[in-house]
Amino acid sequence: MIELTASDFRPGRGSLAVWRRNVRVWRKLIRVSIVLNFGEPVIYLLALGYGLQRFVGAMDGLPYMVFLASGLLVSAVMHTTAFEAMYSVYTRMEPQKTYQAILATPLRVADIVAGELLWCATKGVIASTAILIVAGCMGLISFPGALGVIPVAFLTGLAFAGFVMPLAPFARSYDYFSYFYTLVIVPMFMCSGVFYPIDSLPAAGQWAASLLPLYHAVELARPLATQAPLSAPLVHGLVLLLYAGAGYALSVRFYSRRLLQ
Amino acid sequence: MRGRSSVCVPVSDPVIEFAHVVKQYDGRRVVDGLSLRIEQGQCFGLLGPNGAGKTTAIRMLLGMTHPESGSIRVLGHAVPEQAHRARAGMGVVPQLDNLDPDFSVRENLSVYASFFGLPDNTLDDRVDWLLEFAELTHKQHARIGELSGGMQRRLTLARALVNNPGLIVLDEPTTGLDPQVRHVMWSRLRDLQQSGKTLLLTTHYMEEAERLCDVLAIMDHGRIIAHGSPAELVRAHCERNVFEFPRLDAPQQAALDALPEVRLERSGTSWYAYTEQADPVHDWAAGHPQLRMLHRHHNLEDVFLRLTRRDLRD
Ligand SMILES: Nc1ncnc2c1ncn2[C@@H]1O[C@H](COP(=O)(O)OP(=O)(O)OP(=O)(O)O)[C@@H](O)[C@H]1O
Ligand SMILES: [Mg+2]
Repeated sequence: MIELTASDFRPGRGSLAVWRRNVRVWRKLIRVSIVLNFGEPVIYLLALGYGLQRFVGAMDGLPYMVFLASGLLVSAVMHTTAFEAMYSVYTRMEPQKTYQAILATPLRVADIVAGELLWCATKGVIASTAILIVAGCMGLISFPGALGVIPVAFLTGLAFAGFVMPLAPFARSYDYFSYFYTLVIVPMFMCSGVFYPIDSLPAAGQWAASLLPLYHAVELARPLATQAPLSAPLVHGLVLLLYAGAGYALSVRFYSRRLLQ
Repeated sequence: MRGRSSVCVPVSDPVIEFAHVVKQYDGRRVVDGLSLRIEQGQCFGLLGPNGAGKTTAIRMLLGMTHPESGSIRVLGHAVPEQAHRARAGMGVVPQLDNLDPDFSVRENLSVYASFFGLPDNTLDDRVDWLLEFAELTHKQHARIGELSGGMQRRLTLARALVNNPGLIVLDEPTTGLDPQVRHVMWSRLRDLQQSGKTLLLTTHYMEEAERLCDVLAIMDHGRIIAHGSPAELVRAHCERNVFEFPRLDAPQQAALDALPEVRLERSGTSWYAYTEQADPVHDWAAGHPQLRMLHRHHNLEDVFLRLTRRDLRD
């Protein structure tokens, strides 16, 4: 019964207050977060990278470790953002009723959605930066050239937040997200060019990968991290923007329906 | 209503106005043509049995759920369209606490203030004052989970005041509190009233409504069935004398019922005789010295029970 007008989709300054709320929570747990942000890429790079490097050698003209690290720069954004936009958002929406409390202030659903998307993207940038540092220390990428990845990480964060955030209003429990993680996020992680170029996939697989956001993020991040020429950056950027924008609009709709019933 | 300019609000405008508001859930009219006005500085009590539609009315007033029809104006703003503007001048104590478990007591206040766009640099004094108001200064660094129910409720009230609102909406502010804490709450609410704020509160405690409210509306099935000051309601809807009988056998029931101008009702396991004239009942009771009987004056609870009479619901 909720009819939305154009102004219901326009976020205001209140979205920054939502973002700052999340920053404040994150700062309280900063040590745990940072350890995880650094720990995960180190494990991937050491276990997978060193393990495979000897057999694979080079991939697509890059040493395998470099190939892998430049893909992890954005797949880490995906994991971080997806987790935040599913589990954390659901926690704030349902058991904690944080959004109900916020909706008794001048903020509106659009502010909550925009603030959460912004925060997801911020966490994505933090995760990506951790990998930049680890990969830099291992001599896999060089600065300052690789810093171009940071805006891509932000855009990737927005895209994944947009991809995932519309789901939580349909969830009845956390289990719902496990399905999505296992059936969508993990296959995307495997098949979007992080571990090997998607050319090795059958045509249908390539087509599927190119519809999903991670492939486009990898296509932007890898050349930037390795100072190679970008191919079709506008297309990739637009796809990511589209995910972010469509996800935002759907989220305002779905969260309004769930929160304002 | 909708067409009226909201640029300048004349003093005589009500703080809250509902006109013929309808809200349905699953085809059922939970709020059914509700109309009411709350004036500046009033303490307005909304009473009604479980499921009467009180919380739904409050959620509509906040723009947190949209009515099917009717119009709502709050602080000069059309709701739900401009509800966010109205909320800037309101404080809300929801029926169920939704304090933020990610933060300490003090942070709950400062984070909430940030949602009203209040600048951080002016905040410390205000937060200190609110902590004192809620008698929670000694707990300011505690986590929410470490607070008792009464402390959480006080913190929720303090949180509702961060933006120094002119209108405060309280949905069952004292449910589940012990008598001590309830009295603290009452004195806080009276302080707020005396400082000129408009209060809308729901409660299931008739004593609370009688003590605090200038005007009451009794709601049932989404409609207002009685309206007026506590004294007016009691006078209009209930005989002056009430006799309570824990036990009455059938002949006694018949005898009481037969007395002139005595109304006999059963509520729970007890019987109640309502009458303007006490003497006939006293005379009758004198002939039954074994009978347990309590004589008292009528009160709001009698009115409530009478007007909302029916079996338990929910
Ligand atoms: N989101 C909802 N979906 C479906 N039904 C609802 C919803 N919210 C409330 N109701 C129904 O609307 C009716 C009125 O509920 P409401 O919470 O407004 O009552 P109330 O007067 O606040 O009761 P209480 O004194 O128990 O708090 C109830 O029958 C309730 O089940
Ligand atoms: Mg209620």
